[in-house]
Amino acid sequence: MKKYILPSIMLSVVSMLVFVVLYTLIVWGIGYFVAPNHGDGEVVTVNGKVVGYKLVGQSFTQAKYFNGRPSATAPVYNASASGGSNKGPSNPDYLKGVQAAIDTFMVHNPTIKKEDVPVELVTMSGSGLDPDISPKAALVQIPRIAGVRHLSEDKITALVNKHIEKPFLGPAHINVLLLNVDLDKLQ
Amino acid sequence: MNAEILGIIFMFLVTVAIGIPLGRYMARVYAGEKTILDFLAPIERFFYRISGIDPTKEMNWKESMLAMLTINLVWYVLCFILLVVQQWLPMNPDKNPNMLPDQAFNTAISFLVNCDLQHYSGESAATYFTQLAVMMFLMFVSAGTGLAAAAILMNALKLRTTTQLGNFYDYFLKSCTRVLLPLSIVLAVVLMLNGMPMTFHGKDTITTLQGDTVQVSRGPVAAFVPIKHIGTNGGGFYGANSTHPLENPSYLTNFILMVSQCILPFAIVFALGFYLKKHKFPWMVFGVMTIGFLCLVIPTVISEVQGNSAIIKMGIDNSSGAMEGKEVRFGAPASGYWAIMTTVISTGSVNCMHDSTMPLSGMNEMWAMMVNCFYGGKGVGFLNFYIFIIIAVFMSGLMVGRTPEFHGKKIEAKEMKIASIVALWHPLLILAFAAIACFVYVHYPVRYAYWLNNPGYHGFSEMLYEYTSSSANNGSGFEGLGDTPSKFWNVTCGFVLIFGRYLPIIGQIAIAGSLAGKKFIPESAGTLKTDTVTFGVMVFAVIVIIAALSFFPALSLGPIAEHFSMNTNSIIR
Repeated sequence: MKKYILPSIMLSVVSMLVFVVLYTLIVWGIGYFVAPNHGDGEVVTVNGKVVGYKLVGQSFTQAKYFNGRPSATAPVYNASASGGSNKGPSNPDYLKGVQAAIDTFMVHNPTIKKEDVPVELVTMSGSGLDPDISPKAALVQIPRIAGVRHLSEDKITALVNKHIEKPFLGPAHINVLLLNVDLDKLQ
Repeated sequence: MNAEILGIIFMFLVTVAIGIPLGRYMARVYAGEKTILDFLAPIERFFYRISGIDPTKEMNWKESMLAMLTINLVWYVLCFILLVVQQWLPMNPDKNPNMLPDQAFNTAISFLVNCDLQHYSGESAATYFTQLAVMMFLMFVSAGTGLAAAAILMNALKLRTTTQLGNFYDYFLKSCTRVLLPLSIVLAVVLMLNGMPMTFHGKDTITTLQGDTVQVSRGPVAAFVPIKHIGTNGGGFYGANSTHPLENPSYLTNFILMVSQCILPFAIVFALGFYLKKHKFPWMVFGVMTIGFLCLVIPTVISEVQGNSAIIKMGIDNSSGAMEGKEVRFGAPASGYWAIMTTVISTGSVNCMHDSTMPLSGMNEMWAMMVNCFYGGKGVGFLNFYIFIIIAVFMSGLMVGRTPEFHGKKIEAKEMKIASIVALWHPLLILAFAAIACFVYVHYPVRYAYWLNNPGYHGFSEMLYEYTSSSANNGSGFEGLGDTPSKFWNVTCGFVLIFGRYLPIIGQIAIAGSLAGKKFIPESAGTLKTDTVTFGVMVFAVIVIIAALSFFPALSLGPIAEHFSMNTNSIIR
């Protein structure tokens, strides 16, 4: 074994230089020019003030905003401690929680029929930071928002439709933060 | 939903389309032929000059394994030390603390053996320095080690008699410089164009639209994630792994990451065919692997798309499928596909939380890791498959009354003994340790009851999954298991990781080395053909009997019991 130790140590040192230092610098150097915001992450601004990161979901609990999905992090949408609920599908406490989320949604959105409540609005995302909701999940919130904001439902529906992103062969979704920023501009 | 099903079929086809030419390229790299990246040769010579290695000096299988174990030990010591002193090292803008020794032991081992089981969260328990110099470093070199082992096996399968099977360091370094590094750089650029951050700045404190104050973790993610997938490592930069929107920003990146983690396991199978100039043989192997994969992935995607029967009963719109632990931008079909692909190929990165997938999906995820050779991790997947080929050759030989031969070499008692030990080692590790965990859980409920995030059958599945993932060097988890602050899990999983990696590799290379040294018998009318459909069926049967059925009783106690308790209440009660 002895004759392998020194070559191993030296090979590790050079590997560290190439695969860690050199590689990271190459990626960082390219990223400075091609990644959004020089690699710091794409931010969303309102009147010059940063209100969030485009990709990182944030908590919307107020009735006047489109609400995102429930989050399992503590506190909710904690972007420095991501994670899911990890509840098993048959866990009785978990199922009670889902039922409670449905009931709460029905209270806040009384005009919506229960069979129209999409499952993604009462289940937690894997990261706890899901930035998106489905188009269905936005549509069921329109009557409530129209009532609170005294806007016509048609106007909000048009805004929602404008925000639907449909990737090739992927599911349609809406970025909640961008939608709410534009919603504030509607007033 | 139909478009999304097309989406996952498309993912698979793109992977095969890239895997075949990549396999041809890798065969040329390991055969030492001319390739497009030969301009890197001066860098490699620099490596060898500094470390005093002669890359042309061939080694026998024992020397190769000794070289492998020594350099792995060096990496382990180095990385363990860096983790326990990380707080005092540079590049720690978030002021994260040192790792405790048991945690550092588990983490260093886990990344060293290409498992990347994580009992910590990247945001709060690692620094940018250790993320790059420990985790990312080990992701490169452990993938290189696996590929080097596969290259030794390929060399041993050549039709000749020899004990000299190439140079371990040469195979290792070429795997890193000619395969892993260029692919990672290309992938990093694509990911950054899609919004992945690459920064050394710490957390950013912002006020949200609604007025909450939030800290957003960032970091050099775009350097870390490419090798995580190219090397089938799977350790996440963030705690939530590839569900995190900064680690997997869109459906497109999900697609790209999915393809990038499968191309090397696919390519290595085809590389073997190009290397040995046997073009039918890889298709037999790939066919068996694909059929096994389809048996697992189809029911999983169906059960994820159908959703949770208990939630369906609540009467809401369940058309999106099982969305607990999933992200809207990926959807249920692509998440179910990822869950199986990541477990068959030993990546272990997750784009949905496996703990919250449906019981039968959880069963298939575990089964994928228990079999551990449908594609498999880069290099080692084919090595595991090789063991089943040896057993199948031996059994077929007995059945038709011919001498068991594989590639012109006689398989005798010694090889069969090693193959049997390796094949049974994996079930032994998983089931024995799961039994110990259950014993401790039942007998010391006060000290240990916090382990489980879910009661009943699902709780048992959480413990079984953890050891399955460790022994298969996968790294995904039923993350509800309270393993993060637990010395018990850090230490037991650490040992399962070591046993699950090195003993099989040594056994596989020992068989290959022993066969390579035997007298070569040219093919004749009496030779058992190993590239036929019949032989493929035989290998598949061996895999099902040995690998899959040994776990059936344990799976019955966990996911199968959970499935029936959820769906046929009236029968059970």
